[in-house]
Amino acid sequence: MSAPTPRLTDGTLPAATDSTRALAAPGTAFRPHARPGRTKRRVTATILHVVLLLAGLAMVYPFVWMIVTAFKGLPQLLNDPLSFWPTPWTPGNFVDAWNDAPFGQAYVNSIYIAILVVIGTLITASMAGYAFARIRFRGSRFMFVIFLATQMIPMQVTLIPFYLLMAKLGWVDSHLSLIVPAALANPFAVFLMRQFVLSLPKELEEAALVDGAGRWRIFWSIVLPNLRPGLGALAIIVALGTWNNFLLPLVMLNSQDLFTVPLLLQSFQGQFGSINYGLIMAASAVATIPMLIAFVIGQRQILNSMAASGLGGR
Amino acid sequence: MTASAIGIADAASVGAPSPGAPRAEAAWRRRDRRWGYVFVAPQMIGMGLFVLVPFIAALVLAFAQWDGLTPLSWVGFDNFKTELTDPLFGRALINTMLIAVVTVPIGLGLAVVVAVALERLKTRTLYLGLFFAPVITSSIAVAMIWQQLFRTDGILSRAISSIFHVPAPDWLGDPHLALIAVCIVTIWSSLGLNVVIFLAGLQNISPSVIEAARIDGAGAVALFFRIRLPLLSPVLFFSSIIAFISSLQTFDIVFVLVANAGPDNATRTIVYHIYDLGFGKTQFGVASAASILLLILTLVITAIQFGFQKRFVHYEEGAE
Repeated sequence: MSAPTPRLTDGTLPAATDSTRALAAPGTAFRPHARPGRTKRRVTATILHVVLLLAGLAMVYPFVWMIVTAFKGLPQLLNDPLSFWPTPWTPGNFVDAWNDAPFGQAYVNSIYIAILVVIGTLITASMAGYAFARIRFRGSRFMFVIFLATQMIPMQVTLIPFYLLMAKLGWVDSHLSLIVPAALANPFAVFLMRQFVLSLPKELEEAALVDGAGRWRIFWSIVLPNLRPGLGALAIIVALGTWNNFLLPLVMLNSQDLFTVPLLLQSFQGQFGSINYGLIMAASAVATIPMLIAFVIGQRQILNSMAASGLGGR
Repeated sequence: MTASAIGIADAASVGAPSPGAPRAEAAWRRRDRRWGYVFVAPQMIGMGLFVLVPFIAALVLAFAQWDGLTPLSWVGFDNFKTELTDPLFGRALINTMLIAVVTVPIGLGLAVVVAVALERLKTRTLYLGLFFAPVITSSIAVAMIWQQLFRTDGILSRAISSIFHVPAPDWLGDPHLALIAVCIVTIWSSLGLNVVIFLAGLQNISPSVIEAARIDGAGAVALFFRIRLPLLSPVLFFSSIIAFISSLQTFDIVFVLVANAGPDNATRTIVYHIYDLGFGKTQFGVASAASILLLILTLVITAIQFGFQKRFVHYEEGAE
């Protein structure tokens, strides 16, 4: 997929990341037109603010509704389903949701799976990306083309044989089936890391090569530290993808104490139906609010990573 | 592809050891080549084992009948015939295409509008956060929240009922509405991602280009259609391919939003169909045939989009 868009996929990635920094530091944006018509512009900006604020509130309305609904008791849900505010505010649904399903355990599972997948992907993808960008070896071009081609095979297409393979390996109902393949087979990550390595100046490595340093030392002590922004972006993309993955855990895991957060949430709904949907919303809140808080804290890095991957030829 | 295009850079020759020792250099090169294989080995082995082997197995299984217990038997193209004449697969195919055809243009169009509006503002962090929140939320939670929002005694039904004086619509119980509901949730949950990507793309357009057009007398509308949109088109193109591919893979939302593929299979998608055949009915062969059909569909649609690219996508010459 790289051939038709050389501008995007060949080496211009750092430019994209640089400019996307402006996403979260917009005050520094270049404004060449502070000329006449200022009041008109200010009116336009005010209108835009109002419209965007309304649209933005519509976007988060489902989350707000989830939270207030979670605080409603069953009588209110049945008798007065259209009222917005809980009367009275009852935290009981949260207590019930937390006690009825092992959300704590699910969080532990999801966190450690995401961490292992991220670490594994960062190491192996940056190694492969570095080799494809910098080392000459027979067959490297062919292998890279295969990497690009496998990006076109959706995971859903290989789902059934993949499941059978995991069964052969004895990894069904084990986290290994979610960790090892994810960490070792991520062609997009290899492609992205290769782009990041290509954007590094070669001079960084030259001095060390002249001194006779081996590839491993050059990679580990020169390339990796300079790849930090790229590794950070990849870590965020991989962590989000792993965290929110549903189909694979659904197929692979049977024991409730192994469930990831999305899978536990889905099975919770299956168990408790939707009569008391305040309880369902409380469970949803338990599953989403920590992520939303993490997003608010890391918003800038997360948005920059997503923009970089979107422009870098995902 | 040339060596430079694919980036097999010539770093090795630059840093070769002292020129007076050709033998040492040859040895170094040999060792270096070996390092190349070592570096790609983990991902190469992983990809072979976890992607290529299952992929070949899917190709093989598509021509076999197997439930995982009784011996496997070869059936030629029967699985494909079964699928192509199966009304359920037909429904799944039509539903999936409808979801893609509705959500991709509307989703990307809305994202362009929001991104253009955001680019004009100096403070946009808050709005970006509001639009992006659904993207980082698990699709399961998204579907569960919307499932309750779509209740017949919920605000979305009641509001429509009282505004248009019609009976409260049963979003998830009515076959047509259920598919629309899936589209709404899909657009809502992916809008923010495209906004962020398009905003970054717009910010990549060099201010001098905009300023030059402005001096030539271009108004806001002309600036958008003649300058911003053409310069954004490579990003739009890539996003449309990604969005199309991912809407062909719709599963999570339909799995949770409406039980059992919706009323009268109204929201059965291809991936739901594959899941149902493979893990519900353990018809591994037929499910594999459906998987291969999904792959073919994906490749054909991507090829068509690449065909359109020549007409609509503008690549800036010489870049910025």
